[in-house]
Amino acid sequence: MATLRPRAIRTMPWRLLGQIAVAIFCLLFLAIPFVEMVKSMIADPQLLARQLLIGVTNGAYIALIALGYTLVYGIVELINFAHGDLYMLGAFFSLSLIGTFSLTTETPWVVRAPILIVVLIATMGFTAGLNMLVDRWAYRRLRGVGSRMASLISAIGISFVFQNLGLLWGYLRFPFMHGVMGSNAVAPKSFPALLPSVNLFAGTGVRFGAKDLIVVGVSVVLLIGLYLFVSKTRLGKAMRATAQDRDAAALMGIDVNRTISLAFVLGGALAGASGMLVGLYNGTAVFDMGFTAGLRSFTAAVLGGIGNIVGAMLGGLLIGIISALSDQYISTKWTNAVVFGILVIILVFRPTGLLGDDTVQKA
Amino acid sequence: MKRASLLLVLIMLASMMAACGSLASVGGATTIKIVSSLPRTGSSKGQTDSIVNAIKQRLEEAQYKACDGKITLSYEDLDDATAAAGKWDAAQEASNANKAAGDADVMVYLGTFNSGAAKISIPILNQAGLVMVSPANTYPGLTKPGKGEADEPAKYYPNGARNYARVVPADDLQGAAAARWAQSLGAKSVYVLDDTELYGKGVADVFEATAKELGLDVKAHDGIDGKASDYRALAAKIVAAAPDMVYYGGITQNNAGQLLKDIRAEGFTGKFMGPDGIYESAFIEAAGADAEGVYATFGGVPAEKLEGDAAKWYADYKAKYNAEPEVYAVYGYEAANVAVNAINTVCKKDRAAILSAVMGTKEFKGILGTWSFDANGDTSLTAMSGAQVKSGKFEFVQPIK
Repeated sequence: MATLRPRAIRTMPWRLLGQIAVAIFCLLFLAIPFVEMVKSMIADPQLLARQLLIGVTNGAYIALIALGYTLVYGIVELINFAHGDLYMLGAFFSLSLIGTFSLTTETPWVVRAPILIVVLIATMGFTAGLNMLVDRWAYRRLRGVGSRMASLISAIGISFVFQNLGLLWGYLRFPFMHGVMGSNAVAPKSFPALLPSVNLFAGTGVRFGAKDLIVVGVSVVLLIGLYLFVSKTRLGKAMRATAQDRDAAALMGIDVNRTISLAFVLGGALAGASGMLVGLYNGTAVFDMGFTAGLRSFTAAVLGGIGNIVGAMLGGLLIGIISALSDQYISTKWTNAVVFGILVIILVFRPTGLLGDDTVQKA
Repeated sequence: MKRASLLLVLIMLASMMAACGSLASVGGATTIKIVSSLPRTGSSKGQTDSIVNAIKQRLEEAQYKACDGKITLSYEDLDDATAAAGKWDAAQEASNANKAAGDADVMVYLGTFNSGAAKISIPILNQAGLVMVSPANTYPGLTKPGKGEADEPAKYYPNGARNYARVVPADDLQGAAAARWAQSLGAKSVYVLDDTELYGKGVADVFEATAKELGLDVKAHDGIDGKASDYRALAAKIVAAAPDMVYYGGITQNNAGQLLKDIRAEGFTGKFMGPDGIYESAFIEAAGADAEGVYATFGGVPAEKLEGDAAKWYADYKAKYNAEPEVYAVYGYEAANVAVNAINTVCKKDRAAILSAVMGTKEFKGILGTWSFDANGDTSLTAMSGAQVKSGKFEFVQPIK
């Protein structure tokens, strides 16, 4: 389908002119505030360090969610709009388990740590299974029949279904959950502060709590694990082959449907993990948290080059850091504008994202 | 032929039913309908449950009759929130207002809870000539010229005449009272935040202006995104600015609990104050243990401190509903009280007459005392109170001058 955009036509000069115009615009209008920003960064290096650390921590979980978008897109070219809401369900599931095990801030560490790990694994299993079932029931039937729009629209539908499940979840006030769902179904649910918030850099004027480290640590382990899985294992190779050319992969004896399911399972597991991590880190779960997080993460995936695993990690990190710096040095009100403005600028210069390549453009 | 006769029978049946219907309405007493439009879904439900209870309480005292039994009152409780939004929704409020405007039986519209919602329904009802009494809106620009945007409040009243009154004091009083209280609590510097909504930004702006007049050091004024997943970066910025107090102008439903959690997690140990938008149990639930010590201001006095008729109302409410009324319940009662009083005075089913009776309420002996509506539809009562969270509950601290 590359003929849709014939390369022969010389559009270069216009594109170049456009790029130069954007560059001049940026220089003219952003130079002065930028200089001011750099000045205030230098004036308080400890604050800058803290904001960068916040950016990295937020970036880590954004990257986890972004991977779910990118894995699925890389293989079936479906933007899974329900992914953000899957992350929200992960947070609710883990909160219910935390309530069931009656974990509180008083639970001794010997008991708390292993249970938290069990809850993490169970949550990942729950969201992975759910994502796989959704693929089997909703998306697989539409694959290869009619336009790709059909799956896209059904993904939006699934997103609504999930969001309403999250709403209903607030009504689940079983006695065995020890009241974690509060008294109001729609209100935000409060997570107990189960992760230690000891400042690891105490005395330096910079704050980096143990729980920040846990969030970054668990995310990095999962990210590296996924990267190794996709690049080193046979199943990973099958995934890459399916992404490159589904028909050829099928001819080589790869079970394409199972490989696609695998992508949904992996993406779902990561969404569940980030749902629980964010719940414990921010201390809140609310039924519409998936929308904002999903939007940020999808942006991260596009920024890094959708379909590219390392790109999603890089994109997540960048978005985390940019948001934190914008909150500090520009204004919270402008953060969304800044994030999406930078996305637009990057896409003007690199339409396939930072690390994306043209193979994504296949039809 | 068969079909034609069937049709004929149907037409005859229909016309008979129509005749019966009109007969009934001629023969029975006149019915006047009072509707309320409040967020009944989401975390404001605690507050609005108690407002609706209080409205029903007033109507039951009248035994749903007005004008010595010549008029039958009926009441409908409309919801302007949607589950998907988790709070009030503009489209839903517009639909409620249009529904009320289009129903010839509706003579009084009680609501709204959120000032942003009032902005939508006032013009709709204004064109229908329907009177609206709010038990909870506090944004000044809805009624007071010069206290909001330049074109406020005129733009809400397209037909030129006022049709909106409120029984609560507005935020030009609340924001100023909050700033004075902040000063008397010993705060020398404040960091002002708002949720960028009509109500929240309005009260935060007044707070900021008054704080500056009082000589407090206003470190900054930021708007937050009520849908953000966390406010950690903003919290680090606040901690770096080291204010004595953070003032948040906004409602619980715009993530106030998360905001407070993040600010505390970043190591802020100073005071946190908000307006009546966070003065509810839902806020304490959302913020968890961090809610302890939070200050909130609100119009009027808390139910358990009321005197005279209001004290009797408080006892009756508790006996009837077996629950503590939330802060706005008494205003719900007073709004219904004004409406019933106007219907009794006018004694006919006429929107224009009831409107002018409500707007012209003077020296009214309500349960909050004797008060009047001024030309803008604002109450002459100006009492303000301050409360603080103590062991998981808001407790009255002091009246604020």
